[in-house]
Amino acid sequence: MTEMKTQDAMAGSPDAKINASCRVPLLALFGGAALWLVAGSVLAMIASIKFHAPDFLADCPFLTYGRVQPAADDALLYGFCIPAALGVMLWIFARLRRTPLCLPLVAVAAANLWHLGVLVGLAGVLIGDGTGFAWLEFPRGSSALLFVAFLLMAISAVATFGERRERELYPSHWFLLAALLWFPWIYATGNLFLVAWPVRGVAQAAIDFWFGNNLLFVWLGLVGIGTAFYFLPKFAGRPLQSRYLALFAFWTLILFGTWNGIPAGAPLPAWMPALSAIAGSLTVIPVLAVITIVWKTLCGSKNVVSSLRLEDSAHPSSVAVLRRVDRAAAPSRGGPFCFIRFGLASFVLASFMLIAMACPQISRVTEFTWFGPAQAQLQLYGFFAMTMFGAIYYVLPRVAGFEWPFPKLARVHFWISMLGVLLLVVPLAIGGVVQGLKWADPNIAPVDVAGATLPFLRVSTTGLLLLLLGNLLFALNIFGLTIVWKLALLKKAVAIVKAPLPVHRPDKIGTAAGGEIGAPASSTAAGRGEVNT
Amino acid sequence: MKNGALVFLAVFVALGLSWCGFVLVPARQLGGAKQTTILNTSDLYPVGRPGEANMGLQVYRANGCAACHTEQVRQSGVVCDVVLTSPGKNPVLVSNLVSTLKLNGLDKEVADAVSDRITAAGGKTEIHIVATGPDIARMGWGTRQSVAEDYLYDYPVQLGGLRAGPDLSNIGVRDPDANWQLVHLYAPSSEVKSSTMPPFRYLFEVRKIGGTGVSPVQTGETPVPQPSPDALVFPKGFGPPAGYEVVPKPEAKELAAYLLSLRANVPLHDAPFTP
Repeated sequence: MTEMKTQDAMAGSPDAKINASCRVPLLALFGGAALWLVAGSVLAMIASIKFHAPDFLADCPFLTYGRVQPAADDALLYGFCIPAALGVMLWIFARLRRTPLCLPLVAVAAANLWHLGVLVGLAGVLIGDGTGFAWLEFPRGSSALLFVAFLLMAISAVATFGERRERELYPSHWFLLAALLWFPWIYATGNLFLVAWPVRGVAQAAIDFWFGNNLLFVWLGLVGIGTAFYFLPKFAGRPLQSRYLALFAFWTLILFGTWNGIPAGAPLPAWMPALSAIAGSLTVIPVLAVITIVWKTLCGSKNVVSSLRLEDSAHPSSVAVLRRVDRAAAPSRGGPFCFIRFGLASFVLASFMLIAMACPQISRVTEFTWFGPAQAQLQLYGFFAMTMFGAIYYVLPRVAGFEWPFPKLARVHFWISMLGVLLLVVPLAIGGVVQGLKWADPNIAPVDVAGATLPFLRVSTTGLLLLLLGNLLFALNIFGLTIVWKLALLKKAVAIVKAPLPVHRPDKIGTAAGGEIGAPASSTAAGRGEVNT
Repeated sequence: MKNGALVFLAVFVALGLSWCGFVLVPARQLGGAKQTTILNTSDLYPVGRPGEANMGLQVYRANGCAACHTEQVRQSGVVCDVVLTSPGKNPVLVSNLVSTLKLNGLDKEVADAVSDRITAAGGKTEIHIVATGPDIARMGWGTRQSVAEDYLYDYPVQLGGLRAGPDLSNIGVRDPDANWQLVHLYAPSSEVKSSTMPPFRYLFEVRKIGGTGVSPVQTGETPVPQPSPDALVFPKGFGPPAGYEVVPKPEAKELAAYLLSLRANVPLHDAPFTP
């Protein structure tokens, strides 16, 4: 790797240096994430089919619904969303600071540790070792692995942030730095108060509600919006409108968003759901701010912005961002842009669903129905995973130094995923409302209520199937790219070996090969084998 | 960002506020909760589940039952019903009066007034407190809302967030028969037609009747194969093939014991009703 770095340095451009420094950590993070994404989709399909045929795989205790369903959610959240977020975060930090990634080897180790933690955790849930707390199912051993891995990753990120070549903070920095602080905090709280030294009685439920909301709504919101704010100016060809509104969205999100999540009917002291309901109504503010920012940044972006005007721009940070816009990428609105735009739309919709569920009048109908899972899937998949797809499609070719092997599949992935999310979320949300209304309707026999949701569940299975297909395409592209990269490395190594140079060459071969043995990646074992031989 | 440390501190405080509010305070307020007394008695509640039921809670957790079942009954309010306990000395007058009055679903004040009128006519009345709401009146999942005390000794507390199946707060009251619970776990559709619950056959063992009995060599005579006392009794058409029996493994027995221990049906100060 040192060898690669020096070569890039000789190539000269600082961008190339930044990309090279991120290459191995990001490939490790994204490769494993793609694997978990597919695994999660398969588990979700198994869980969903059980509503069509309760007997399906019923004799296998590892695949009973109550284990497969949480495992599917965890594979998506901990397996895909968080490692993808970490990879994108590292890259954005390096780019915004215009400095190569610090401690890349720590990041590589952290990536592998994280994926190991997810593997152990998923196995734990499937063999019945889950903790029984929503979104915190992983048994304690794997939670410890994840926690350490996150801290290592944060060290690399913060060290990169500390390398100040660019003094000015960009709005994305706020969102991403807060996320780096918030995850260890909530994850440690959840595991210490619920698993290691559990509190007594229903306080467990209160802490679990708080944890779930802060991970799914606040943490994913911070990272997803921070990422979108980084990419929007690139796609729009003009600065974020405006920096101050973005900071306003940030502060209101962490002030109000963190108090959501206690359902109105929970058997808790009345002040808790009441406070959550107030916070829910105040959460409208950051969501409206995000809508305004996106609207103002994207609308009017068709105007050609001359480079002269950019130089004159009042905000040095925005100039810095725009200067770095690749000429080829700036006018392009396809691919990554579609994903991120869809992600932002989903964020708005998912947030309004969350706010509605915090309202006591509405939650009377929607509580305990499929409306809740619909909101969670829209947040996880429609908003966050889609935003990360967009970011990865943009970042990874630059980092790896190769184009996507199947660029057309990326377009197909977008359309399939969009359709899949809609077919998954819309029926579940409608089914949830129908379910809630029928519980309260005295004209329907109680036994018929459960059956009334089945048609909706069956449609949502189609959505999951489409998502599985889309995820396979995504994984295909990622692994294709990894293989291309590994083959190129192999060629380089072979070229060095074959080069007819005497004396000091042999130890150079040693460094090149040795560097690659240290290279990571659960995902790229095959490629690594080739290099080793 | 000249005041980087100040900004960091502000972010820290903003995030920490919700941690104090929704983690620290409930951990202190609810984590230190004690037993309470059942309304109008000196009996303590809750008294903890029996050991087998506590082990059953771990089976409930391990198999993720909370993915489809909640353990919380919601209530929209309470109403008062006036109940005539004795017509007194003048039954005709009282029954005429009662037939003109609305007795059920009243406010406390109205119920008192109605009760006073009947008492004045010579009848005797009681005022019953009744919890209302679809979970209670319509679905019959309980007699009152769930309150914090119901979960005092449970770990982990399995509130659940989705009702793909019915609420289980009072399943031990609704279906107090252990055999029913076990048969339902083994083959849900045998007890509830068109049930979408997956069967939990892996918690049971299907074996030949008498297979584990005393061997004939030792006793010297051919014993009639005796079914195990634990063997499930199935409704017609659902049992195992002839000569076989279905016996619950320990996990299944524990899970059934836990389900039978789910009885949140006593009136409390926080959730009053007249039993």
